[in-house]
Amino acid sequence: MPIEWSLQLELFWRPALTGALLAATLALLGLYLRLRREYWAALAYGQIGAAGALGAMALGALPIFGGLAASFAVAGIKHRLEDRLPGAGVFPLLFVLGWSASLLLTANLPGVERLGQALFEGQLYFASPQALGGAAAALVALTAFLRWQGKRLLLASLNPEHFHARKLPAWPIRIGIDMLASAVLALAVTSLGVMGAFALVFIPAWRVFALAPSWRAARIAAPLAALFAYLLAFAAALFFDQPFGPVLALVLGLLALCTTSMGRKAGNDAENVSFQQNPPRL
Amino acid sequence: MTLLHVERAVTGWRRPAHRPVCFTIGRGEIVALIGPNGAGKSTLLNALTGNGARLFSGHIHLTPEARVGVQTQHQPPVAGLPLTGSELLALTEARPDGLPQGLSACLAQRLDALSGGQRQYLALWSILHSPADLLLLDEPGNHLDRTGLASLPAALRTRARQGVGIVLVSHDARFTQACADRAVEVEPLETDDAN
Repeated sequence: MPIEWSLQLELFWRPALTGALLAATLALLGLYLRLRREYWAALAYGQIGAAGALGAMALGALPIFGGLAASFAVAGIKHRLEDRLPGAGVFPLLFVLGWSASLLLTANLPGVERLGQALFEGQLYFASPQALGGAAAALVALTAFLRWQGKRLLLASLNPEHFHARKLPAWPIRIGIDMLASAVLALAVTSLGVMGAFALVFIPAWRVFALAPSWRAARIAAPLAALFAYLLAFAAALFFDQPFGPVLALVLGLLALCTTSMGRKAGNDAENVSFQQNPPRL
Repeated sequence: MTLLHVERAVTGWRRPAHRPVCFTIGRGEIVALIGPNGAGKSTLLNALTGNGARLFSGHIHLTPEARVGVQTQHQPPVAGLPLTGSELLALTEARPDGLPQGLSACLAQRLDALSGGQRQYLALWSILHSPADLLLLDEPGNHLDRTGLASLPAALRTRARQGVGIVLVSHDARFTQACADRAVEVEPLETDDAN
């Protein structure tokens, strides 16, 4: 392969493709985290993943494996923590702890500043073949999981009593979505940054919930919107030589503001039982 | 074939809520649990489904292979959720065949764009027409508009004729008379009884 092509692949196409795959995956994941009122999970898993990546780098291991390990560990104990600390505070608590650990590691360990900066700001130019493979695997795994359990996730959120009465197993929902969310976020923060990844989970799902005519349409629109925003932000950050994470968050925020005039007319909202006021009981 | 046998059952959350209740239900039967507000009808229904209420004494025997469908008094939380009527029915594998005409025309719309009565009827239909042997319905007539309420007894009867057993809780005597084969009174436990 000519050296210019090799450089272009390393510096441009591989990171762009990795980010594009992650953007679509995060937006799809965001729909289900919003359905479960767990979008704080995106910040918590992302920040814990960042701390794990920094810790791994300090120990001489591959950051991506450290991020995955830390994120998986937290997903594994999440339900136990929620039982002991009721009140929907577990994810904010994990976010705060992850943020604290990340900054302390960056401040005190030599050689991790650059990775620390990439994790907080997001970056454009570095994506290993493992990162690209991980992003592709994440999209495939999430799509396969939702094909298997997507309908049950909806049923468990809307009618948990019927879900229980049918004796449908709850463990694939409880464990599966947590493990997938933690893995995807841990992978995403290394290229998109913590806030960039959170913005991709939160904003497309939020606006699509308000505007999509059906769940099926929402599942198509959220990844497409995220992909569009990602590509726009990638080009803008490259062109204006700006840090990628903030540009991505800005683009997503502006796109969200552009959709405010597209508000759907709801029926009788006074009669509606608010989705947001009724957390799922599974 | 007996689907559910309840023998001198006393159920409740923290303490017993009602006097012993006995009934049996088989395929194609509709049994109404009646009684004053607070008598423990919904609590008994919760104990039947294993949704948290306790069985303090007596026995509840549910045929193990029976597929159970449950409708509670809670409306599905759909405001702000991009879910259509068709998608709601698909979640429980309920067929839309036989829906009142006004409602079948709304199936492609988001549930939060429908009226409260339409939404409740669709939510009830999603349970009523799910593949089930036994249906447990808690105040199925609540929140329905006049048309929905008028068509409900016929809808329940149709489902019973298909071999489904139905236990329903209702405080509406006229409604239960119109659709139930028999009624079982649930009486609240007096303080003296509890002691």
